[in-house]
Amino acid sequence: MEEEIIISGRMNYKVDPTLSIWGWEIAFYLFVGGLAAGLLFFASFYYLRGKEKDYPASVKWAPMLTPFILILGLGALFLDLHHKLYFWRLYTTLRIESPMSWGAWTLMVITPLSIIWSATYVREVFPKWDWKFQWLYDLEGYFIKHRRVLAWILVFFSVILGIYTGILLSAFNARPLWNTSILGPLFLASGLSAGAAIIMFFSKNELERKLFSQLDLVIIGVELFFIIHMFMGLLASTEVQIEAARLFLGGPYTLPFWIFVVFIGMVLPGLLELLELRGQKIPAMIPVLLILVGNIMLRFVIVYAGQASRYLY
Amino acid sequence: MRYAMAIDTKKCVGCSDCVVACQIENKVPVGFCRDWIVETTSGTYPNLELEFRSERCHHCANAPCVRCCPTGASHIEEGGVVLVNPEMCIGCGACIASCPYDARYPHPDGYVDKCTFCIHKVRKGEQPACVEVCPTNCLYFGDIDDPNSEVSKKIKKRKYKRLKTEAGTDPQLYFLI
Repeated sequence: MEEEIIISGRMNYKVDPTLSIWGWEIAFYLFVGGLAAGLLFFASFYYLRGKEKDYPASVKWAPMLTPFILILGLGALFLDLHHKLYFWRLYTTLRIESPMSWGAWTLMVITPLSIIWSATYVREVFPKWDWKFQWLYDLEGYFIKHRRVLAWILVFFSVILGIYTGILLSAFNARPLWNTSILGPLFLASGLSAGAAIIMFFSKNELERKLFSQLDLVIIGVELFFIIHMFMGLLASTEVQIEAARLFLGGPYTLPFWIFVVFIGMVLPGLLELLELRGQKIPAMIPVLLILVGNIMLRFVIVYAGQASRYLY
Repeated sequence: MRYAMAIDTKKCVGCSDCVVACQIENKVPVGFCRDWIVETTSGTYPNLELEFRSERCHHCANAPCVRCCPTGASHIEEGGVVLVNPEMCIGCGACIASCPYDARYPHPDGYVDKCTFCIHKVRKGEQPACVEVCPTNCLYFGDIDDPNSEVSKKIKKRKYKRLKTEAGTDPQLYFLI
């Protein structure tokens, strides 16, 4: 047996003994970014399919939340920065090689668009709403006329936003757990699932609830498939990747991952939705909450476990 | 021109003089370091082998920290030296997460800090502080593209290893073994 002991005189803050440069701020942002992406995707997608009247919760009501959650997410991102007053440097350049750079630009596009999208529906959702100024009414009229263009841009950028939250992490080859290309699609699917859950919660229309319940079931299936795929990929790879997979297979993140992310966040709500589709009465609140908890936990577990995974000497 | 460093692990005794010299020369805040000592023991008792390494930023030719920087604050200067421009750094931590050597740290002033190969001294024709101070003369710094530089000669003459090359970084620290 060969053993190697490493003693290092280094104790840099947030780097040693294990990396902890990214905390709850990033995990929270990845969650709300994915959720906003899911909500905006369904809103614009069903608008483009001409289902505005059939699925009002998805097209009109749920997107009302997105400006708020995006701004919360941006706030968390800002808190994460160590050199806060220089944040504007993000917007002096576009660096294609850096996912964080084009992610920042995507947020710059999608946040105002989400505000505009919600504003064009605000008088339908809240009939007593008054814009107070004539020019705001004129602006509203202009955007309502061009809703189709807005929807096309939103469909495109919401998918980018959803997938970028995963790519942000998978671009780091120094952290073997993150360094898997399945993370982008997994986070996109997870964001869509959270979006569908929120829409189910808001919907008062039986047809819409059923559609999103079925959609959610399919997405959960896809997520589970991605997770199995992720482990297959990691375990069939090099030693550092196998070590990374072990964090979830007996390592310190086993319980949070399999109990909170997979069982509580995917399997259980999936079963409840299945029962509901079979005719059982289950309060919508329960699967919705479970899905959101699973979603948050997925981001937290991946962000923290990824920083614990490393290259071996 | 390509700056590189060779570290003679047969001569290094792990005294940490290089760490202290760097902290003083570069006014590194208390509790942080840009270079550090790694001590490894390998083998099975009683046949053990001890190795000391003075480590720092590897100034990778394919630097992941430069690639993932969203503002361009992390950049490559003359001679392939990887530097951070504090005026452009937002302190997002992406470069810290991207470095397989964990060679970067968040400076208390907000920006990300790291080894510069003492480029301010090198431009004046001097050697990096760690090289100057090493009591066993185990550090060699110079232009690897120049076949007559000390570092080139050492790499040519001796066996060496580079760390974590499987991370695809093309590191520029050569550990003579």
